[in-house]
Order: sequence, then structure tokens, then C-alpha cells
Amino acid sequence: MLIQLWALLQVQVPGVPERRIQDIFKPMATPAEAEKNVALLTFAITGAIFIAVAGLLIYTIVRFRRNPRDTSNQEPPQIYGSNQIEAAWTVIPILIVFVLIGVSARVIAAVENAGPPPATLKVTLIGHQWWWEVYYPDYNVRTANEIHVPASPDGKTATYLTLESVDVIHSFWVPELAGKTDLIPNRQNFAWIDPREPGVYIGNCAEYCGTQHAKMYLRVIAQTPEDFNRWAAAQQQPQQIRGNMQQAKAVFESLACVNCHAVRGTSAAGSFGPDLTHLRTRQTLASGALVNDEQDLRNWINDPQDAKPGCLMPSMKLTNDELTQVVSYLQALN
Amino acid sequence: MADNAVALNALALEREWTTPDRGTVGIIMLIITETALFSMFVAAYVIYTGKSLTGPYPKDVLEVPIIATICLLSSSFTVYMAEHSLVHNNVARFKVWLFITILLGAEFLTATGLEWRKLIYEDHLTIATNLFGTTFYSLVGLHASHVTVGLFFLLLTLFLTLRGFPIETQTRRIIFLSWYWHFVDAVWVVVFTVVYLIGR
Amino acid sequence: MATVDYPLERPREKVREFSFSETLYKWVATVDHKRLGLMYIVSALLFLVIAGIMATVIRLQLAVPNNHLVSPETFNRLFTMHGTTMVFLVGMPFVAGFANYLVPLMIGARDMAFPRLNAFGFWIFLFGGFLLYYSYLGGGGLSGAGSAPDVGWFAYAPLTESAFSHGSASDYWALGILVSGFGSIASAINVIATAFSLRCPGMTLSRMPMFVWVMVVDSWIILLALPPLSAAQIMLELDRQLGAHFFDTQAGGSAVFWQHLFWIFGHPEVYILIFPAFAILSEVIPIFSRKPLFGRPAMVGAVVAIGFISMGVWAHHMFAVGMTSWGNTFFAASSMLVGIPTGIKIFNWTATMYGGKLRFDTPLLFCCAFLFQFLTAGLTGIMLAVAPFDWQLHDSYFVVAHFHFTLVLGLVFGLFAGIYYWYPKAIGRMYNEKLGKWHFWLFTIGVNVTFIPQHFLGFLGMPRRIYTYSPGRGWELFNLISTLGLLFQIPAILIFVWNMVHSAIKGQPAGDDPWDAWTLEWSTTSPPPEYNYEKLPVVRSSRPLWDLKHPQDPDWKFE
Ligand code: HEA
Ligand code: HEA
Ligand code: HEC
Ligand code: CUA
Ligand SMILES: [Cu+2]
Repeated sequence: MLIQLWALLQVQVPGVPERRIQDIFKPMATPAEAEKNVALLTFAITGAIFIAVAGLLIYTIVRFRRNPRDTSNQEPPQIYGSNQIEAAWTVIPILIVFVLIGVSARVIAAVENAGPPPATLKVTLIGHQWWWEVYYPDYNVRTANEIHVPASPDGKTATYLTLESVDVIHSFWVPELAGKTDLIPNRQNFAWIDPREPGVYIGNCAEYCGTQHAKMYLRVIAQTPEDFNRWAAAQQQPQQIRGNMQQAKAVFESLACVNCHAVRGTSAAGSFGPDLTHLRTRQTLASGALVNDEQDLRNWINDPQDAKPGCLMPSMKLTNDELTQVVSYLQALN
Repeated sequence: MADNAVALNALALEREWTTPDRGTVGIIMLIITETALFSMFVAAYVIYTGKSLTGPYPKDVLEVPIIATICLLSSSFTVYMAEHSLVHNNVARFKVWLFITILLGAEFLTATGLEWRKLIYEDHLTIATNLFGTTFYSLVGLHASHVTVGLFFLLLTLFLTLRGFPIETQTRRIIFLSWYWHFVDAVWVVVFTVVYLIGR
Repeated sequence: MATVDYPLERPREKVREFSFSETLYKWVATVDHKRLGLMYIVSALLFLVIAGIMATVIRLQLAVPNNHLVSPETFNRLFTMHGTTMVFLVGMPFVAGFANYLVPLMIGARDMAFPRLNAFGFWIFLFGGFLLYYSYLGGGGLSGAGSAPDVGWFAYAPLTESAFSHGSASDYWALGILVSGFGSIASAINVIATAFSLRCPGMTLSRMPMFVWVMVVDSWIILLALPPLSAAQIMLELDRQLGAHFFDTQAGGSAVFWQHLFWIFGHPEVYILIFPAFAILSEVIPIFSRKPLFGRPAMVGAVVAIGFISMGVWAHHMFAVGMTSWGNTFFAASSMLVGIPTGIKIFNWTATMYGGKLRFDTPLLFCCAFLFQFLTAGLTGIMLAVAPFDWQLHDSYFVVAHFHFTLVLGLVFGLFAGIYYWYPKAIGRMYNEKLGKWHFWLFTIGVNVTFIPQHFLGFLGMPRRIYTYSPGRGWELFNLISTLGLLFQIPAILIFVWNMVHSAIKGQPAGDDPWDAWTLEWSTTSPPPEYNYEKLPVVRSSRPLWDLKHPQDPDWKFE
């Protein structure tokens, strides 16, 4: 397990750097940028308050500690209060708070109401326990756990996300691209991102959604528009199996996998689990729990509960031979 | 005993000292917290009106319970009369008014029971049918359960009084009971408006 | 109507040995507010240790990436039970315990307004707690084995619906907390009625000790805020048991509705929890500074204001559910407004110390640490209230850091101050000052080491409630440091427990008034007799004992 996950570290898409360390102060898209700016302002204001108040406290504590030699029972002057002082420390915070309110209101409106740039790609992101279904309505492409989007160095294109859920509440969060928006059943939410640079941006499901909430990773793969179009075109193709895979395909289709998974162009049409049509083109398996290589794929199908205990794919108890056939078949799905 | 306490007790009081009655404060607090509880169920009803995905819908099956409402609201008056008689030490009149109140309350509960029977067996609306059923039974049921509690205490009072218990010693408690009953009535006004007037 | 004085009917307590069973009976059957108060506090401390041990396991699991100490299911139960226990079985009984013990003593009354209701409140609270913990044995999951709830302390629907939460664990969560909530409501009614009706002669509302004021406002919040939670839990049970659809999104129900109900309760709840600390600070700081509380009317006004505003900020926990920009702006604004009265409180406490003669015994040490740490906690709260910033911080470890700063570095510090301060009164013996100081320093270091790094984890995108994480995301070091903080916290708590137990047996007799204090409870014996005051005291100012001790310069001259 440990080794596998270390291996995950090494996964790289050729030409796109992977951004595993997601620092909200290094934003790579407009929404995150706006959030960072308001954060810095908030820091400045609260920092100033902290220094002023903590300074006063320290001064008081140091200055007025009882002198150990003072054993007289003399009480200090009894001061009951002062309306002027009271008024001062009521009014000043009120002013500060109004500044903060004004600033937040502006940024809220800026991010929420200002629509994305006109040239937008539409993506529907649907939360499942514990994986993400990604649907491109304009391309009729369905994939899972990895959102391919065109990068937008000049901020002129963006990806517009429609967020839904089929079971419980999940939350979309890729810190360097945008703050959170929840995926709520029986409701539609929206978010948009415009990654500045090509790269793999890693996020997590951010709303507790059950046993495997921890391993509900999400990847946004930003590519140059040309790369993205090439990818989309390939994804649109149904699966064509070359001759020597026919037997493996038959084995796969004979198994219960087809109840939950779809492979376009075959009889597998389930929708409970991720669409496997172009499985081989994904970097990871099971929403980032495993690397997508032969070894991990084999382990996964052999016993999904090992890498992701509690996940909703049962161990299918395949014979060794079936396992080999299925893995080789799935390996061919590119 | 501690010296300071002795010294304190010896202090002169500047003026006559009175504080509110604790029972009064207690019952008011109880009513406030109950109000908060009911508001949430009312809110649920309002939020979910018109959200049911399948029938039966309120307009198909609900009938306005006019008689029951009149009974319950007038019981507020009769319970006041009962309390009033007791305050004026007229136990005989108290018993009569109390009895009428109980009858009116019981009539209300019976009407609710009949309504529910009709809804369940004729209209096939249960709490599990749709959102209307869910919010309807829980809101009306919560209210009915409060009527039941009130009725229980009224009955208990009547029973004790008939058994010769000196009820005039308990005037304060009777007043509290009547406040509670008024409260249950007031809640009904809201429930009635929301369920039978707006929600339909 | 309360009269000026009434004769004491009870005979003086006879000094005689009790057998174990008699003692037990005396405690179980008691309706005495002091015993009930102590029982509340002791059970809260027990639950604190239980939930603290759970926290230790959580931290151990997260100390290194890809740890396999506990399974995901176990981890999810751990944080659910940790959070639920801390909030409902530690925080709430502390409120009730302190209020019960002190309110009658401070207002010169012989007991609470409704002593039997009071006993009922305690036992039903305890029953609720046991019901929750019984789930470990009886909460038959699918496989029949016991299983505690694993839905998080705010139990968001629809995760709690029968479709996603099999077995009966979630039922134990809902029912246990529902039942213990009734106990809190009972004790809140009692506190209000006591403070309004049983004040001793001369104690007008404006002379009522600050502690009592805060507790009354606190009880008001309980009365208004707990019913929404009860309503939500009743609805959830209707869904789970009778097939209703309140939160069933398949049938058109709303998942967001639960969040509204929960946070309409949940946000006021956090102020319910912090108010005892405010109440304690307002008593301890003046005594150890030898000055009256600065700006008393403003302090009263501030708690009332906090109480009001806290009812209208709940959706700041829901900035990510996709509210309209107006909704977000409204709740961001109202949340920040809370900062103003809270600031007034902090400033007034500081001003009380300013110009005083500060005596740094353990209670004041805890108060001072509280002031710094709660200031920090409040300011991180302001950051969270800035909605756009919260879209990043929400449900990350920054939030975990924020609320542990408020609850552990705030509330728990206040409680420790209070426990040390009134220990001599309740037990009749002095605690060991040296051990108290050890406790203070170890605990202060420990909690800061544990919770400061969690802010940075939030900045680096670590979500909360994850049972493990993969290496290479910049989280390892901070998580490890955070866990190491427990090396200081655990000995601190052990020292505290030892100090309490040992001093109760071996401590120096404390005398009636060891702190040279000013409120009524210090005028009776330590521990106070069952009836508190043989004759009801008469007061003429908010510092009756000051008046006695300084006859040339009494407070009532200035009122
Ligand atoms: C004792 C408990 C307590 C207290 C007192 C507070 C106090 C505050 N809290 Fe906190 N909070 C919690 C306990 C508490 N909180 C808990 C448990 C959660 C998480 C629940 C969960 O998700 O599990 C939470 C979560 C939480 C969130 C949601 C985060 C999220 O999930 O995304 C927010 C957002 O606004 C918030 C804000 C605030 C604010 C504005 C205050 C204010 O009251 C703070 C006011 C204080 C000050 C501001 C400092 C002193 C003031 C001055 C020195 C004056 C000058 C200041 C100004 C002018 C600003 N809190
Ligand atoms: C009053 C409230 C309170 C208190 C005091 C604490 C105290 C502590 N909490 Fe708590 N915490 C919450 C309220 C509180 N917490 C809430 C509401 C949540 C949210 C739950 C949710 O998400 O649903 C939470 C969640 C939470 C998390 C996040 C879990 C997650 O999201 O995955 C973490 C992780 O570090 C944590 C840690 C700690 C630690 C280390 C302490 C320590 O300060 C505890 C120290 C005490 C002890 C250690 C016990 C005393 C020890 C002894 C007597 C010695 C014997 C012990 C041993 C031998 C081990 N808490
Ligand atoms: C009961 C339904 C079910 C059955 C049957 C099932 N799966 Fe799955 N499968 C799932 C679910 C749910 C997931 C997503 C798990 C997760 O990430 O938490 C999944 C994930 C996968 C993945 C990873 C997909 C990705 O994009 O990361 C592969 C590969 C896979 N299954 C292959 C199979 C094969 C092969 C079989 C048959 C031998 C099979 N599954 C049978 C439900 C099922
Ligand atoms: Cu999906 Cu957490
Ligand atoms: Cu809050």
C-alpha cells in the first residue's frame, strides 16, 4: 500500500507538472485569486487588531503585577468604568467591521454574480459515494474523477461546472483554483474555474460524505486548448476492440461488472460505478486511491476493499484466470 | 455559621422586597421554548408546501375542520371561566366550566382522529406517502399531542375535584394550566392558518 | 411572593458517619443544587477524559501519512463521538453544573426554584449520555456488531437517512442527544426562575453578580436554540422510523433544510458553551486584580447583544451550499457584528486588570491565557466570516483550529479558572498551588503546539474528517507537531486530576473566604451547608462583602 501511494507521487502527465501541494495563497485561477486578495486584506486588519489588543494585554499584565514586596493590604483605586472609554472601544470596532463587511460584500458579488468569461466549456460534475462522475454535455463525453479542461493563460476562457449529487452531500474543492461549492442531492450548484497554467491540480471532496470521504480525491487536468481538443475527440469515440481482445471482452461482458459499469460500444451499460470506456486514459483509479497501472488495477479488481475499505464496489471473487483476462481487457481501453 | 453572613443579615433593607413568582416565570419560559419548537415544524410545513412529487395533494383531500376549530377556540373561553370561578372561590361553577372545557377538547381530538382515519384509509395518505403527508402529520400530530397532554391534566383536575380534593388550594396551578391551554389554542390558530388556509 | 426572610425548618445537620450505601443514596436521591452541580461537573470531567482519549487516538492516526492504526469506520466513529461528547456531554453539563452550584449561592437563595425538576434534568442528561454510548454495544450495524454513530457531530442529512446510514447508530445519536437536550432545557428554565424569583432581599437585577447575569442570558439562548435541534432530531427519527421524507432528497425533501435547522441551533450553541467561561472570567479577574469589574452595565449589555446577534448568524456555517450573494453577504455581516460586543468584553476585562494589583494564582493565569487565546480564536472567526475567504477555509483544518481555539483554548481554560477558583468553596480545602501552576504551563504549551499548526494545514488544503492522507502534500510535518502537543496535554490533565483528588483529602482547610472576595457565596461556610444561608443575607450593592470589609468606602455610596 505504502509503496503504491509513493508511486502515486511519481505519476506525471508528460508535459504537465503535478501540483500536489495546494497552497491557497498561490492561486492559479481567478476565483482563488479573488479569495486570496480578500484573505490578505482580512489578515492585515485582524493582524493589526491582534497586535493592538495583545500589546495592551501584555502591557497590563507586566505593568500591574503585584509587587512581591508589597505586603500591605492596601487595595488599588476602585474604578468602576468610564463612558468615554466604553464609547471609544465600541465605535472603533464598528468602523472596522463596516470596512470588512463592505469588502466581503464586494468580493462575494464579484465571484458569485460576475459570470465566467463568455467562451466557456460546460461540465457537469456529479458526486457519488466516493467518486466523481464528470460529464461534458457538449461533447457527450462521460468520464470519472479527472476533469480535463483547457488552460486559460489570458483569462479568456473558463470551465463552468454544474454540481449535482446522486446520494449525499459532497463538496468540490481544488484550493489553487477555487474555494468550495457543495454538490447537493436534489439541487444544482455552480462554480467556475480558469486555470492559468497547464498542470494537474489536486483537490479533495470537502464535505464529509461517509466511510471513504478521505479517499475522494479529485484532479483537474488543465491542458493547452489543442491538447484538450485532442483528448475530447478521443473520448468521444466508442470503444473499438482489436481482434485479440475478443476473448477478454467476452469474459468481462459475462461478469457482473456490466451491471455497474459502462463501456460504450459494448453491452456494459451500468451507471452505478464509473464509466470505463476510456479507463486507460486516466491517471488514477478509484478517485485517486490507486495509480492506474496494471499492478494496481489487478489489485483493485481483486479486492477493492483493500485499497478503499468500505467503498461501494464489492470484491468480485474472480478466478485468477478471469482476473487476468479482465485486467488485460481494461488495460486496452484507451 | 460564618460571621460575614451574620453581619449581612443584620443590614437594613431600603425598601419593601418582592420578586416575581417562580411558578409564573417557569411556565412562561416553558411556553417560550415550546413556541420555538412549534415554529420549526411550521417552518417545515411552509417550506415543503407544494413540493410533493406525488399526490394526494392538500387541495384534493383536506377539509377545513370548522367545528373542531370552533370547539377548541371556545374552550379557551371556558377554561378562562373555570379559572375565574376558582379565583372567586366558586368550586361548583369551576367544575362545570372545567367539564365543558374537557368536552370541547375531547371533541377536537376526536375530530382530528376521524380526519386522520379518513386520510389514511380513504385517501391513502400516510406520513410516508409524500412530503405533504410527512409535514401534515408531524405538525398536526405535534399539536394534537399537546392537546392530549393538556386534556390529561384537565381530566386529572376534574377527577381530583370530584373526589373532594380541595382544589381551591391549587389556584396558582390551575391558572398555569389554563395558560398552557390558551397556548395550545394559539398554536392551533397558526396551524390552522398554515395548513388549512395557506397550504391548501 | 418571596418574603424578606423565612424561618429555617430543616434541623441543623447532625455530624455523624455515613455508610457507603447511605452516602450513595444521599447523592442519588438528592435535590440539593450543590450536589447536583458537583455531579454535573464531575460527569462532565469524566466525559472530557473519555472524549480526550478519543482525540488522542485521532491524533495518533493522523500523526503520519497512510497510518493504519484504526480503520476508516472506526476513525469516523471516533471524531463523531469525540465532537458529540465534547459539545453535548462536556460543554452542556459544565453550563448546568456551574449555574446550579453558584447561582443560588450568589443570589443568596437556599436552593434552585424547582429542586426536583433540577434533579430530573441531571438524570435525564446522564441517561441521554449513556444512551449515546450504549450504541457501542447495541447500535447493531448490518453485521449485528455494535457501532457508534459515524455521521459527524452535525450529522448532515441525507447521510443520516436510512438509505445511507444502516443499522441504528444514527438513532442512538438522535435520541441520546434529544433526551439530554430536555435536561438542558429543564435546567435553563430553572436557572431563569431562580435568578428572577429567589434573589435575596436587596439584590436588584442591577446588583446581581455578573456571573448570574451571564448565566441567565445563557439560559435564554438555551430555551430558544435547543428546540430547533430537538425538532430536527424528531424529524430525522420520523424519517428513519416511520418513512417520512423531511430530508429524503429522492422524494423532494431538502438536504439544506437540515443544515438550517441544525445551525439555527448550532451557532447559538457555541455561545451557550462559551458563556460560562465569560461568566467565570467576570468573577475571577476582579478578585485577583482587586478592582471591581470595569464597565459593568456595558458588560451586561454585551452579553445580551451577543445573545441576540447569535440568533441571526447561523448560515455562516453554510457559505458553501450555494446561497445567493445576498444571503452570503447578510450572514457574513451579522457574523462580524458579533465581534463588537465580544470586543467590548475583552476590553473591559483588560481594563479591569489595568491599574490593579494582579495576583497570579492559578485562576488568574488561566484567565490571562484565555484572553490571548480567545482573542486569536475570535479573529480567526472573523476570517471565517469573510465569506469568500471561508470558501477556501470551510471544512478544512483551519476550521478545526478555529473551534479548538474557542473551545479548548477558550472554554476549557475558563472552566479550569472557575474550577480552581471555587474549589476551596465547594470542597472546603485549598488545592495545591504549585501543581496548579504545572497544570497551567503544561496545558498551555500543549494546546498551542497541538492547535496552532492546524491553521497551516487548512491553508495547505487539508480537509477535516479524513482518516488518512497520502504523503507529499505538505501536511506531514504539521500533523506530526500537532500530535506531539498531546505529550504536554495528557500529563497536564493527569496533574489536574491528581491535584483535585489529593487536595480534597490532604489539602489545607480553606476557610470561608480564602480569596478575600466580594460576592455572597464567600460569606457562608466552605463547603456551604445544605441550606446555604441560615438567615437570608441582605445586600445593598453588587459587592456585598466589599461593603462589609470597607465600611468607610462601601460600594452602595456610588450607586
Ligand atoms: C465557543 C465556541 C465558539 C465561539 C465563541 C466562536 C466565535 C466565532 N466564530 Fe466560530 N465556530 C465554533 C465555535 C465558536 N466560534 C465551532 C465549534 C465551529 C465549527 C463547527 C463545525 O463545523 O464543526 C465554528 C465555526 C465557525 C464558522 C464556520 C466555518 C466553516 O465551517 O466554514 C464561522 C464563520 O463565520 C465562525 C465564525 C465565528 C465568529 C465570527 C465568532 C465571533 O464570535 C468571534 C468574536 C470575537 C472577536 C472578533 C475577538 C475579540 C474582538 C475584538 C478584539 C474587537 C475588535 C474586533 C473586530 C473589530 C473584528 N465560526
Ligand atoms: C469542548 C470541545 C472540544 C475539546 C475540549 C476538544 C479537545 C481536543 N480535540 Fe476536538 N473536536 C471537537 C470539540 C472538542 N475537542 C469537535 C466539536 C470536533 C468536530 C467533530 C466532528 O467533526 O464531527 C472535534 C474534532 C477534532 C479533530 C478533527 C477530527 C477530524 O476532523 O478528522 C481533532 C484532530 O486533531 C481533534 C483533536 C482534539 C484534541 C487533541 C483535543 C485535546 O485537547 C484533548 C485533551 C484531553 C485528553 C487527552 C484527555 C485527558 C487525558 C487523560 C486523563 C490521560 C489519559 C489519556 C491517555 C492515556 C490517552 N478534535
Ligand atoms: C456493485 C457495483 C459494482 C460492481 C459489480 C463492479 N464495480 Fe467497479 N466500481 C464500482 C464503484 C462504486 C466504483 C467506484 C469506487 C470508488 O472510487 O469509491 C468502481 C470502480 C471501478 C474501477 C475504477 C474506475 C475509475 O475510474 O477509477 C474499475 C477499474 C472497476 N470498478 C472495475 C470493475 C470490474 C472489472 C468489475 C467486475 C469484475 C467491477 N468493477 C464490478 C461499482 C461496481
Ligand atoms: Cu464526498 Cu466527502
Ligand atoms: Cu457559528
